[in-house]
Amino acid sequence: MRAILEGSHTVAEAVKLCRAQVVSAYPITPQTHIVEALAQKAANGEIQGEFVRVESEFSAASVCLGAAACGARAYSATTSQGLLLMAEVLFNIAGMRLPMVFTIANRSVSAPLNIWNDHQDSMTVRDSGWIQLWAEDCQELMDMHIQAYRIAEDHRVYLPVLVNMDGFILTHTYEPVEIPTQEEVDAFLPPFDPLFKLDPKDPVTLGAYVGPEKYHEVRYCLNESVEEAKPVIVEVAESFRKTFGRFQGDLLEGYQLEGAETIFIAMGSLVGTLKDTVDRMRKAGHPVGLLKLRCLRPFPGAEIHDAVKNAKNVIVLEKAISLGGGHIVATELRSAFYGRMPAPRIAGAVIGMGGRDITAESIEKVYQRVVEGGEEFFWADLKEEVLQEA
Amino acid sequence: MRLLGVVTRPGTSRQNKTGSWRVMRPVFDHDKCTGCTTCETICPEGCVYHTGKTEYDSDLDYCKGCGLCAEMCPADAITMKEEIK
Amino acid sequence: MIQIRLHGRGGQGTVTAAELLASAAFDDGREAQAFPAFGVERRGAPVQAFCRISDASIRTRSQIYEPDIVIVQDTTLLGVVDVTGGLKSGGTLLMNTERDPKELGLNGDFRVVTVPATKIAMEILGRPITNTAIMGAFAAATGAISLEAIERNIKGRFRGDLGEKNVACAQRAYELVKGKEKK
Repeated sequence: MRAILEGSHTVAEAVKLCRAQVVSAYPITPQTHIVEALAQKAANGEIQGEFVRVESEFSAASVCLGAAACGARAYSATTSQGLLLMAEVLFNIAGMRLPMVFTIANRSVSAPLNIWNDHQDSMTVRDSGWIQLWAEDCQELMDMHIQAYRIAEDHRVYLPVLVNMDGFILTHTYEPVEIPTQEEVDAFLPPFDPLFKLDPKDPVTLGAYVGPEKYHEVRYCLNESVEEAKPVIVEVAESFRKTFGRFQGDLLEGYQLEGAETIFIAMGSLVGTLKDTVDRMRKAGHPVGLLKLRCLRPFPGAEIHDAVKNAKNVIVLEKAISLGGGHIVATELRSAFYGRMPAPRIAGAVIGMGGRDITAESIEKVYQRVVEGGEEFFWADLKEEVLQEA
Repeated sequence: MRLLGVVTRPGTSRQNKTGSWRVMRPVFDHDKCTGCTTCETICPEGCVYHTGKTEYDSDLDYCKGCGLCAEMCPADAITMKEEIK
Repeated sequence: MIQIRLHGRGGQGTVTAAELLASAAFDDGREAQAFPAFGVERRGAPVQAFCRISDASIRTRSQIYEPDIVIVQDTTLLGVVDVTGGLKSGGTLLMNTERDPKELGLNGDFRVVTVPATKIAMEILGRPITNTAIMGAFAAATGAISLEAIERNIKGRFRGDLGEKNVACAQRAYELVKGKEKK
């Protein structure tokens, strides 16, 4: 059924269709509508699972950890400071190899307080061992949550997944979405089949102490598992296409790459605006293309190189910064490209921090600065008059 | 996909013979013992055992020599003696 | 693609109005997108919301700087916000006011349509919630969405008596604007 609904309600509907058994979350802008909708669905009996009210995001994540450890399909959603409060538990969940899915309504990080969209929150936990997927629009959100549970629970992966959606830009947008039936989702997503669980009849300890004689190898195996998720992510996207007839990319999605001399790389809802901008720039005679980074962890460095290697320029647009370390994705890309030939020039712009609106004009300006001006790493749309106040 | 250091099966504490940590050992006086079971209940390692109603002893493979049994014994039937290895 | 920018004050249902427009357009078989300008969520503060309606799927997510249609829910915003900023030549400014378009002193290459939405809402709902009246006026002034789709959507969102009353608001506004257009 195709319906028009808010991005947050699309996510709640997806979580319901995925038959989450334990939902625990603490409300925080702009994630609030997801949790409200789920609480309502739980109260109405539409969700058979349990909705556990908690006093903080730390507890929400901990409830999910415990639930998954007992073999339940767990879900939470948060953003920004809430995600940072969860940070310790996130590392525990990944380290304990507990599959689950969290939605992050991406928002800037305080201080100063700002509730609007950028990617600083999820980028900050990129080394936690969670797979990270980034959605472009509400349809992809619906489809990505269903895929995310299947990826997470696959016995070849067995890791938690963060599904990222731009705060406000997707959480608060009404747009049409094709909603699959429960039967279709059930056929695609079998019940969670845990490899291990806490059970009094067969007692085990999870996440127990490991000394220096073994911890080194434990981390080696965890990293290896995150890397090994790549083919499964591709396979699940392909299987989804066969079942539902929709495909929004696997690790990546290319757009107008044929003959592109300059290729933009971006994640999240900015990709939509970029697609229209690429069309507009192509009409104006600029040979541009676009590569959507759908999966940030595991980082598809070799796959990106393969997709863009024949271009002259690659421009990474990102809504986050490693303070004192530089542009995050662009830097990872340079590292992944090192020693690979051919080697396009890699440039990067930090754009749209804290909800600064990104227009086709801002993107075109970035293009000019890189292609005509020869600039490499910079911040787009900086207002000189505001900097004067400093 | 390799899982390592995630699941710990029961019984690993048996492999770790904590008796080597001991500097004092409990000595049980079976004549004074009333069979109240306090020492067996209080032992944090669960290594105090009995072979008769008043015949208590500790498993020296695991006894750390913490002295709780001696401290708690209402009949003063347990004394801590210096460990000589 | 038709791009609509809505101006109002927190609590007037500006965001809901944008959502209802998108829902009604979707109901009419078109693609639609509605989103708020993500301002502070305070009653009385100026707020903006946006709506895009198109026959093709909508991908752009930037805010709307060059609208085809601007909707103003509260004339007290006129001195505070540049409501006609970027309004396309030949575009439409739909405003909630009892005053005559000529009295408003708005000059530009656009059409000004007025509707006494607050008056209609007070008479029918007893509360100054204007968005359903504005929706009716929008259908009459632009023809971009049918009145029937608007009525169905209002009934879908507000149940029972409240739904009926809101439909009545939309119909009254529709007829008033249609009447003015004929003159």
